[in-house]
Amino acid sequence: MSLLNGITYGLLLFMLSSGLTLIFSMMGILNFAHASFYMLGAYFAYQISTWVGFWPGLLVAPLIVGAVGAAVERYGLRRAHRFGHVAELLFTFGLAFVVEEVVQLIWGKVAVDYRIPAELDGTLFTLFSTDFPIYKGFMMLISVGMLVALYALLTRTRIGLIIQAALTKPDMVEALGHNVPRIFMLVFGGGTALAGLAGVIGGNAFITEPGMAAAVGSIVFVVVVVGGLGSLGGAFVASLLIGCIQTFSVALSISVTDVFALIGVSLPQGSQVARLTITQLAPVLPYLLMVGILIFRPRGLMGARES
Amino acid sequence: MTKPMLEIADLHAYYGKSHVLHGVHLHVNAGEIVCLLGRNGVGRSTTAKAVMGQVVAKGDIRLKGKDILGRKAYEIARLGVGYVPEDRSIFPDLTVRQNLMLGVKDAKAIGRWNIDDMYALFPRLKERENTPGGVLSGGEQQMLTLCRTLMGDPDLIMIDEPTEGLAPKIVEQVGIFLQEVRNRGISILLIEQKLAIALDISERLYLMGHGHIVFEGTPADLKNNEAIRKEWLEV
Repeated sequence: MSLLNGITYGLLLFMLSSGLTLIFSMMGILNFAHASFYMLGAYFAYQISTWVGFWPGLLVAPLIVGAVGAAVERYGLRRAHRFGHVAELLFTFGLAFVVEEVVQLIWGKVAVDYRIPAELDGTLFTLFSTDFPIYKGFMMLISVGMLVALYALLTRTRIGLIIQAALTKPDMVEALGHNVPRIFMLVFGGGTALAGLAGVIGGNAFITEPGMAAAVGSIVFVVVVVGGLGSLGGAFVASLLIGCIQTFSVALSISVTDVFALIGVSLPQGSQVARLTITQLAPVLPYLLMVGILIFRPRGLMGARES
Repeated sequence: MTKPMLEIADLHAYYGKSHVLHGVHLHVNAGEIVCLLGRNGVGRSTTAKAVMGQVVAKGDIRLKGKDILGRKAYEIARLGVGYVPEDRSIFPDLTVRQNLMLGVKDAKAIGRWNIDDMYALFPRLKERENTPGGVLSGGEQQMLTLCRTLMGDPDLIMIDEPTEGLAPKIVEQVGIFLQEVRNRGISILLIEQKLAIALDISERLYLMGHGHIVFEGTPADLKNNEAIRKEWLEV
């Protein structure tokens, strides 16, 4: 059951990290505002759901987020690009704050009541006396569907071929007569639309509030670093890994002392650290993993380059 | 008289504060192979990059009489310029076939060349059709990058050091190939460091030193001018 929850969460992370890693490897921009688009997706979907219900929002909200993302690239990043990478980085960093403030201005500081639609609210099946909600199944379906669509787009179409080539050598692709600036805009729009979609289906499963971008943003960076900057496959593996680590560890109640006991080391009794349980450590684990990866394998699980 | 394919006049280019090109001039007529010679770092590649819109430059660059300076690289490519950079820029993870297909600028247009022409010219590429470009040998990569450029149906090709690091036999093949391409009406600006194929296949030569043209003439002129060769070319 934890495994299924972990995979669901992992797939959601992958929807975020895939866009981030595509944008990074193509344009060299580490988009600090990526999770803000996730938040926008959730809020737009909420707003639309209060007017016409959940289903139109599922389709429309990611499209709006993607359009906003494309506009940000076209009118913001492209200008910042002339002043170098630091300017771009600061731009996305600032954008994250702007989005958060704007969201608070419009929807307030407290969480909005964005709910799972009634028809998806219920139990899909029961395993070992734990219920697996229909909505989790729905999230998996959407994520896997997106994944397959993304894969098909990248490997089976001409535009996908151009994107793949531009990942490594954008200058050459442009010299071959392809409008690379437009491709950049499309990838940025597409990546942010994916983040938006993740927000639409994640916002009601978890919580829709102004802090959600910051909460998920750092995890997404962990995913991208662990998977290897610029590697889609790595991002996929790392997403599932971290999704599972987080859900499993919440369910484990063994303490640090027990872990060390397993490898035959007994820690002094009474130490605060030794009495921490894995559950208490759960939020830190992904970061520990990231630090470990950075020390032992700086290019990530499947990263091609060292950046 | 018809307008030259490519005309460069008083071209200046800068990398940051350093001034790399000091008023370069040259022209390539239609159906001509012109060689731009010189040692490393004298600005030959920068000249090609300036034509391609990849470095900031001032001056005058005309393609078939049309001013192209300041345009974007993809626009210049679409106006008919093909560019083969020095590092060949093969997409290493994509197959030979995918590399070739990327040369096509517009999927709907029908150009002078299609993929079967390329395979006919270089059967080796057909054999390795589904191999990633990154594992090809240097000679095969050079052929692939030339063919990829042809797939885009250019009127002018600029090739940066195609013979660099290749075995003499392959160098000869590259020379034959370039003449073949020229015979089909395509102009070539060949950038070289060595005289290897330059003297045999070019109609005219320019010699570059310190960011400007120091000599222009026919292969015979250059052969007879030992002083200029000693000063600007030989090591």
